[in-house]
Amino acid sequence: MGQRNISNNTHVSNRLDQGENGYENFVEQNASGENSLSVLVSGVHCAGCIQKIESSLSKEQDIQSVRLNFSTKRLFITWSGVTKRADDFVHTIEKLGYGVSPYAPDKEQEQVKAQVRFLLVCMGVAGFAMGNIMLLSVGLWTSTSAEMGIATRDFMHWISAAIAIPAIMFAGRPFFRSAFKALKAGHTNMDVPISLALILASGMSLYETINHGEHVYFDSSVMLMFFLLIGRYLDYRARGAAHASATELLSTFTGFANVIDGQNTKRILIRDIKEGMNIRIASGEKFPVDGEITEGITTIDTSLVTGETLPKEARSGDKAFAGTMNISAPVTIIVEKAAENSLLADIVRLMEKATQGQAKYVRIADKAAKLYTPVVHSMALIAFLGWWLIGGIGVQESIMIAVTVLIITCPCALGLAVPVVQILATTTMMKKHILVKSGDALERLADIDTALMDKTGTITIGKPVLQPPYDEDVLKIAASLAVHSHHPLSQAIVNAHKGELYNCADVNEIAGQGLQGVWNGKTVRLGSRAWISPAFSDEARDIELWLDIEGSGEAKCFYFKDRLRDDSIEIISKLQSEGINVIMLSGDQESIVKDVAEQCGIKTYYAQISPIEKFNLMEELKAKGHKIMMIGDGLNDAPTLAGADISIAPSTAIDMAQNSADVIFMGDKFSPVYDVYKTAKQTQKLVSQNFILAVMYNMIAIPLAIAGMVTPLIAAIAMSGSSLIVIGNSFRLRLSS
Amino acid sequence: MSVLLYLIPIALFLGLLGLAAFIWSLKSGQYDDLDGAARRILFDENDEKSDDN
Repeated sequence: MGQRNISNNTHVSNRLDQGENGYENFVEQNASGENSLSVLVSGVHCAGCIQKIESSLSKEQDIQSVRLNFSTKRLFITWSGVTKRADDFVHTIEKLGYGVSPYAPDKEQEQVKAQVRFLLVCMGVAGFAMGNIMLLSVGLWTSTSAEMGIATRDFMHWISAAIAIPAIMFAGRPFFRSAFKALKAGHTNMDVPISLALILASGMSLYETINHGEHVYFDSSVMLMFFLLIGRYLDYRARGAAHASATELLSTFTGFANVIDGQNTKRILIRDIKEGMNIRIASGEKFPVDGEITEGITTIDTSLVTGETLPKEARSGDKAFAGTMNISAPVTIIVEKAAENSLLADIVRLMEKATQGQAKYVRIADKAAKLYTPVVHSMALIAFLGWWLIGGIGVQESIMIAVTVLIITCPCALGLAVPVVQILATTTMMKKHILVKSGDALERLADIDTALMDKTGTITIGKPVLQPPYDEDVLKIAASLAVHSHHPLSQAIVNAHKGELYNCADVNEIAGQGLQGVWNGKTVRLGSRAWISPAFSDEARDIELWLDIEGSGEAKCFYFKDRLRDDSIEIISKLQSEGINVIMLSGDQESIVKDVAEQCGIKTYYAQISPIEKFNLMEELKAKGHKIMMIGDGLNDAPTLAGADISIAPSTAIDMAQNSADVIFMGDKFSPVYDVYKTAKQTQKLVSQNFILAVMYNMIAIPLAIAGMVTPLIAAIAMSGSSLIVIGNSFRLRLSS
Repeated sequence: MSVLLYLIPIALFLGLLGLAAFIWSLKSGQYDDLDGAARRILFDENDEKSDDN
């Protein structure tokens, strides 16, 4: 653990040297002169973090309130006085070791949140009304009018009406609104029969109450509304934020950059960068735009954009692309393309296109609703006309029978059939550290026949790992030196070594070459073969690093390899035995890609392909009618992830890949991919069983209702019974996993 | 049956009380950060400034 801390601290101090500022621009001021700022804080993972951040900020002057939302990782600060203080507060958080980025509230997300809240209020009201009306109804069901007297019965009916009618007017709005919208647009949806049932049932019951009738259906209609609201609420939650929109992805680049303006450096927002500006990029910082290096020598980690494992050396005259990481030394670049024209922006535009293509998917519940609505409407109409014209009873009684048909067929069970299973599946997955972002992702996952996989960071760990044999003592010296660098190979050496480290003095990172320092009075160098011992002429084996200790006479060599995830081979063969065609796509060199493909038993693979080629390949397969799952972690995979039918990303993936993926899994294992596929299959099976149950229920209930045999008691039992059966069946998912 | 005249209003009143409490808790943002709330109980001291939100 010791060495970890050292590297973390150097990282933090690097950030501080840059002096983040410019947060003033994000401050909002209200009428009474109070300032507020919302930022995203990264690295928060426990109660201690919340307390550390909140308490150290509230010690600052002027602060009025601090609140960190743990679920969304959003920090909300309000204070009085000058807006400039924003930078100080951000500084305070960064000094604690947390990352801060500006947060611009997303309108769409706010709307979803407001809708969920509205549904919860409606559910509360409906639940209250249902409980109280049931209380009265039990009395009505268990005694005859002769026993309680007509006056008492009417009294109970009136109270029921007084509770039910306002409750339906209030809590029925989600259905009324949507039904009204659909009718206005000239088509119908599931909410039309629901609204009709609610309005007709309470209207008819009120009429019955006024005329001292025997049966009222206030309890049924409120219960119906309550169950449907539960289904609706779960559905909204299961849907989640499916794909973050591409415009939001662009805003992940809302950081700052250092512009050199004559003698001075100025901090400006990345989106304000213009072509021809000179920008200073510190080590450990990402290039915000495409440009040419004018000053300095460094190594650039391009793995996010190209998928290549190893960083490349870059000097004056070389190109640097937006999204790549500057690892070893600060450089100056001259901007060639502003942020909106960069390679990164091209990728984002591709993603926008891909996301639009996604919208076509029709969820299984919507398909069911489409079939269901006309059937129910015509059933009710047949019942009404049949009794009135042929059965020879009065209009009012015929309407009553039609209303019971509408109520009893109402899709309580249908409304619960899908969301309950999906919510259960996503929470089960969550416990296995797999985040399924939306319920319908499981529907799409169950149908796939082709799996596209990225190599680096997906099938493999994505980091070079030190290979044996090596000498422990030599490793300790190498690690003591390597701890001063962010280079992936240095990190690999540090990670391989356990225990204490030596003290190294005067450590320098020489870009593109290696590290140099003084240990025990001797000069120690760790770096490339050419730099350490140009004399060696034998063939290079994979990835290597050499260590030279002054006076020892002999340079030591370390070999590295990107390692497969422990169970990649097993999981890929399991997927193949399920009949899924596995294809590997990588931006890496042919020889490495071929090697991995052979190990994993993957027959089809593509090497050295660009993000755009990956995307086109996916489109081609899609056009042939294949259902595609994409698994990837880099910026180069992001468009393909967004465009595939279903996409999975490891939690080590970059934000943009995580945003466009439907499923995110944690840990070093590949098995979550198979787990989530199996769960999706299981979910789909239970969903179709639920539909069958709901249909069976209706096959019994509809004839009864049409025959006019349904009393309020039977309606209540039938509705709650069918809902419970569907919920019970859904819980079998828990048993099987 | 005259007992109903007392009991029904009492039952309704208690129900309404619960409903009002639920709506109040929802409006005051207590359902916004369920994960965070679960962890905040671990705090030892009451920090006045962070609690008055």
